[in-house]
Amino acid sequence: MKQALAAFFLGLLFALGLGIAGMTQPAKIIAFLDVTGDWDPSLLLVMASATLVYFLSYRWITRRRAPILAEKFALPAAKHIDARLLAGSMLFGIGWGLSGYCPGPALVALSGLAPNTVVFAVSMLAGMLLFKWNDAWLTARRLEKL
Amino acid sequence: MEHFTPISATLGGLLIGLAAAGLLLFNGRIAGISGILGGLLDLPRGDVSWRGAFIAGLIAGGLLLLWFYPQALALPPDYSFATYAIAGLLVGYGTRLGSGCTSGHGVCGIARLSPRSLAAVATFMVSALVTVFVVRHVL
Repeated sequence: MKQALAAFFLGLLFALGLGIAGMTQPAKIIAFLDVTGDWDPSLLLVMASATLVYFLSYRWITRRRAPILAEKFALPAAKHIDARLLAGSMLFGIGWGLSGYCPGPALVALSGLAPNTVVFAVSMLAGMLLFKWNDAWLTARRLEKL
Repeated sequence: MEHFTPISATLGGLLIGLAAAGLLLFNGRIAGISGILGGLLDLPRGDVSWRGAFIAGLIAGGLLLLWFYPQALALPPDYSFATYAIAGLLVGYGTRLGSGCTSGHGVCGIARLSPRSLAAVATFMVSALVTVFVVRHVL
């Protein structure tokens, strides 16, 4: 319950950050990605300041034995760079470039109820479900072969 | 560079970094939006409550913005529904296959100096830059 409450307010803060930063405006993202056009470098500063804050706090936070509301830190364990990582990132980049939306900003912008945003968000969920089924099917086939 | 907004960009980034750090400090979790949302779809074995609460917080934040800072939710560009649908499918499928997006690999992963995240960010930046170049200057 406490974890959910913390997550709610941190999600809210995250959304305000995205909104103030300009990340929820696809036109601004596309202007950042359009380096040969009328380039808008704002997103570089968003990434730099967010990453710097996280970089400094990460060192301080992970010195603790555990988080405040959980028994342990749940950090990604995978280390190898594989085809899935690169292919997935490539597909994501194409979708990001086509629309100017990545997952967080799309969810925040949903409150504006613009039809284009709704179409994007529903399709994004469909893409995640498609991956889930496809992944389960591929895993099952791999196990059959063994 | 007439649309450059350095102050709001830096301030917004600061809040994003603080929120992500807060999720690590309190819940011990990486603030990767595609991972948090994708984990919700893994019902019932996922840990639903904090994930659902975080997503609800994002939506609530959107409502607050709509109220106090509506320019953040200005209408998206007038591309076709098909463009947004294809883009959404690619973003949804791609972020799950690649285990992350701009927040998890971008902010958290780079700050943790994770080689996987550095490779992911380099890959999606290049493919996004190429996509925008092709759409805007070639087609």
